[in-house]
Amino acid sequence: MKDKLKRIMDTALEQIDMAEQLDKLNDIKVNFLGKKGELTSLLKSMKDLAPEERPGAGQMVNEARARIDGKIEAKKKEFEKALLEERLANEKIDITLPGTKLAEGHRHPNNITLEEVEDIFIGMGYQVVEGPEVEKDYYNFEALNIPANHPAKDEQDTFYITQDILLRTQTSSVQVHEMEKGKLPIRMIAPGRVFRSDEMDATHSPTFHQIEGLVVDKGITFADLKGTLQEFAKRLFGEDTKIKFRPHHFQFTEPSAEVDVSCFKCKGKGCRFCKGSGWVEILGCGMVHPHVLEMSGIDPEEYSGFAFGVGLERIALFKYEIDDMRLLYENDTRFLKQF
Amino acid sequence: MDTSLSWIKAYVPDLACSAQEYTDAMTLSGTKVEGYKEFDKNLDKIIVGKINKIEKHPDADKLVVCQVQVDEEGTEVQIVTGAPNVKEGQKVPVVLEGGHVASSHKDGESEDGFKIKKGKLRGVESYGMMCSIEELGSNSNMYPDADPDGIYILSDNPAYAGAEIGSDAIELLGLHDVVFEYEITSNRVDCFGVLGIAREAAATFGKKFVPPVVAKTGNSEDVNNYIKVEVENPELCPRYTARVVKNIKLAPSPEWMRRRLASVGIRPINNIVDITNYVMEEYAQPMHAYDLDTIEEKKIVVRNAKAGEKFTTLDGQERELDDTMLMICDGKKPIGIAGIMGGENSMITDNVTTMLFEAATFDGTNIRLSGKKLGMRTDAQAKFEKGLDPDNAMKAMDRACQLVEELGAGEVVGGAVDIYPVKKEPVVIPYDADKINALLGTDIPEEEMAGYFEKIDLIVDKEGKTVTVPTWRQDLERLADLAEEVARFYGYDRIPVTLPKSTATAGGLTDKLKMEKAVRTAAEAYGFCEGMTYSFESPKIYDKLCLDEDDILRKSIRISNPLGEDYSVMRTSALGGMLSSLANNYNRRNKNVRLYEIANVYIPKELPLTELPDERTMLALGMYGTGDFFTIKGVAEAVLKKLGLNGITEYKPGSRKYLHPGRQAEVFYNGKEIAYLGEVHPVVQKNFEIGERTYIAVIDLKTVMEVPSYTAKYKGVPKFPAITRDISLSMRKDVTAGEIEEIIRKKGGKILESYELFDIYEGSQLLKGYKSLAYKIVFRAPDRTLTDEEAGKVMDKIISSLAAKEVTLRQ
Repeated sequence: MKDKLKRIMDTALEQIDMAEQLDKLNDIKVNFLGKKGELTSLLKSMKDLAPEERPGAGQMVNEARARIDGKIEAKKKEFEKALLEERLANEKIDITLPGTKLAEGHRHPNNITLEEVEDIFIGMGYQVVEGPEVEKDYYNFEALNIPANHPAKDEQDTFYITQDILLRTQTSSVQVHEMEKGKLPIRMIAPGRVFRSDEMDATHSPTFHQIEGLVVDKGITFADLKGTLQEFAKRLFGEDTKIKFRPHHFQFTEPSAEVDVSCFKCKGKGCRFCKGSGWVEILGCGMVHPHVLEMSGIDPEEYSGFAFGVGLERIALFKYEIDDMRLLYENDTRFLKQF
Repeated sequence: MDTSLSWIKAYVPDLACSAQEYTDAMTLSGTKVEGYKEFDKNLDKIIVGKINKIEKHPDADKLVVCQVQVDEEGTEVQIVTGAPNVKEGQKVPVVLEGGHVASSHKDGESEDGFKIKKGKLRGVESYGMMCSIEELGSNSNMYPDADPDGIYILSDNPAYAGAEIGSDAIELLGLHDVVFEYEITSNRVDCFGVLGIAREAAATFGKKFVPPVVAKTGNSEDVNNYIKVEVENPELCPRYTARVVKNIKLAPSPEWMRRRLASVGIRPINNIVDITNYVMEEYAQPMHAYDLDTIEEKKIVVRNAKAGEKFTTLDGQERELDDTMLMICDGKKPIGIAGIMGGENSMITDNVTTMLFEAATFDGTNIRLSGKKLGMRTDAQAKFEKGLDPDNAMKAMDRACQLVEELGAGEVVGGAVDIYPVKKEPVVIPYDADKINALLGTDIPEEEMAGYFEKIDLIVDKEGKTVTVPTWRQDLERLADLAEEVARFYGYDRIPVTLPKSTATAGGLTDKLKMEKAVRTAAEAYGFCEGMTYSFESPKIYDKLCLDEDDILRKSIRISNPLGEDYSVMRTSALGGMLSSLANNYNRRNKNVRLYEIANVYIPKELPLTELPDERTMLALGMYGTGDFFTIKGVAEAVLKKLGLNGITEYKPGSRKYLHPGRQAEVFYNGKEIAYLGEVHPVVQKNFEIGERTYIAVIDLKTVMEVPSYTAKYKGVPKFPAITRDISLSMRKDVTAGEIEEIIRKKGGKILESYELFDIYEGSQLLKGYKSLAYKIVFRAPDRTLTDEEAGKVMDKIISSLAAKEVTLRQ
């Protein structure tokens, strides 16, 4: 019995050593340890032994079994490791080949810019609101202190639908709608499309976008207007941006100003974007004209406010160094995919 | 509006600043300087020289060799020139070696000028250059005596003949000057004249403003013996002043006047014309001169034109008038269109002996509308349109007559006609320093504010706390206007920088804008780029879209004054813009294009418009290249899901003319149509010149907003196992998947969780005209483990309902 066991074990271990493939190991396992394997048969034949010999013999067989099994498993791991290494070696690729082109969508540069502007003002407690693009003359002009036949009306090259209905020339019309709601205080920005009958060229378009801002409350000052727009400019163009207020005239604000920001390309040194001046004009603003407040039912003795209007394209073109406004409306994907 | 610095200095004598300092300071005090031109920018080392000797060039017929004296000590330099007009003894402008001139004979004007070096001309050395007026950066408008084809001979002009040799020729010619270009806002009518700007300059720099002193003019005669004036419509003509000049001697104006006019781009003509132009520039008051001998009955009548009246203006054009337009007439006939242009029949000619000067003010709106109707826009009209100060008219008139006398252009008749029935009174505004400070956020002392008011000639009553505004400042009406005057002279830059201290408000986007943002993100995730198109388009687009004659989309809003037919109607569909944009891309050979636009369409409630139209925000998706109907449908489904439409979306075949009849769907949610999509009809695709199959989807975001389930809710992750059944169904080809799915939904009941089409088969294993669809159907109960029996029962119901449609299980 002992000899037989030793012989079986030696044969098995020898075969394992010689095995060259994973399959062979499996065969060896079946041949020796399987249900009909040699070692299993030996174990079965133990019933012929004397009862007192059985425990010792059983233990020997089990030890042999463990040894064979252990060796098979160890050898298996070796094979598997070798196989994996071989596979990994075979799978080497040229990682400098191009990546797969995924269809990617891009937002319009106008709207990327708009979202930045919106985020800045939302952070300062402004509601973003909208108003109609086809608008009544009253909201676009009269309620903004531009009465019938006022020359300022001519300056804006308005598209008319009827005598009384037009395409709004400025988002300032939304100011009036907000004020008429009668809910004070107001802090709003109103982005939107405006229309003027300008032929399209590199710097003009009959359709463009403005962002109107309006704050009405007790005790609002011109200094607040300056502070607000300075904050806006710094967040949009960078902390070191400087801002310059120049007196100007708008019918619906008094005092009024135009605002230049230091050119963020050249930091005010003068470059082709700012035409050498170091400054870029970006918006018009002022304290809401008391007559405008009155017309919308707000008492100018009690309340004051400021308003501003930013040209969205102006900022977008400036920010992205786009030199032709027409590109914004051609929708060439080679252009759109750059943003 | 342009002025030269020297013209401003004539009224602000103490003004001393560089062009840049002037630009910056004036802009910051509210008179925006857009740019300036320095006449001497490229002029350097240019002196008065004297030609002592001229000899022939040994080797060139057209050149001469000059010995030019360049200082009083007698130093000579040799200069070779080809100019034909030089003679010995002449004084000429000479640029010395190393100096600069503005333009060159050969190359014209240059941004940086030209440096003059010593050189050899055909072997003879030359140490400088004698200059023409063009080389000095000017022209014969400013210097009419300059020879157009040669050197500017200074000694031919008595004013320059005595100039010291070697002295600065630029100084002598008055070319150390600058012309500023201003942007004047429409409220500052006074600043459309040199005097208005000079007043601002004086206030800005804290210097004294010295306007011209206008003395009494005229002989002992009485103008009323020459002319009578009647104003029939004083509403449109608040003031009419007239004076008469006789014994006119037409001649060129003096140099100072010619130069000032030319410096701002007005061509000098003769003394009378130049005076009217000069006064218009100086006082911002247009004037007109009539030949008095052409005026019948020696009478001026200011009246409205008769409807259809014809009149020939001094440019020789015949104009047809209507009865809203104001005319200047004599006793018998019209002689000018008020404020716009005089008539050919009364204009000043070279033979004039007696003339009538007119300085009037007209209603600005009326002038503007008349000009528009006539299609005219003259310099005078541009000024009248702004509504001029009637008080200024007589001042300008007297100034003009003073210049007539000064220039010896004629004999001014004594007295003036002045029809001014309602005198304009100055406005008195109460001021309150505290309120001004409260509005500006400043702490400016009242005394300082008063100082600013006085600087611009407002009359301050410190006791009564009022400011009296002279009539030329028509823009000052109330406290806010005074606050602006304070702010601009205090300095906008000195006003503090604060943030509103008021009530806190919560900022944010409206639901609509939030939705649009979600839509953008979703569309971009599927490779769509955002485009933008115009809101107006060509009505031709309807035919391109193959719309029926009575299609609702043809009912669009027309712009009454469009940029052209191609931009004349407000879009009723987002498709035109989308297809045009895709066509742009196709035309530029861009492959696999996917675009989206969030576009407003404008749906009239009735035409012509009496109320505002319905502005509907649409999402348009469009693509060509990789992908098909099911790609665009998948994207539309994904977008709708992003918008929280988690309920049942139904797709029904559509019948839109611009889409492929067999490949289009209308999308319904809760019974409401919210979108349509499909393949673009081949004819439409061709009309837009897109050479590939094109797919579009249009989602009506306004309707989606109205669907109550807009916001997504968390439903929980299922806790109990599902039972899945696969069925393969055989049916006639015309049965749609939508019909099958409707039955699955209806019969599936509460335990139906989902279904999914996983195979479509048409082929030899089926009867001809039949197809097979295979579905995976998932059942689940939220509260228990389903039994096979329960699922089986439901499946039986589904199968029997399908059988009623002759849809059978494939064996």
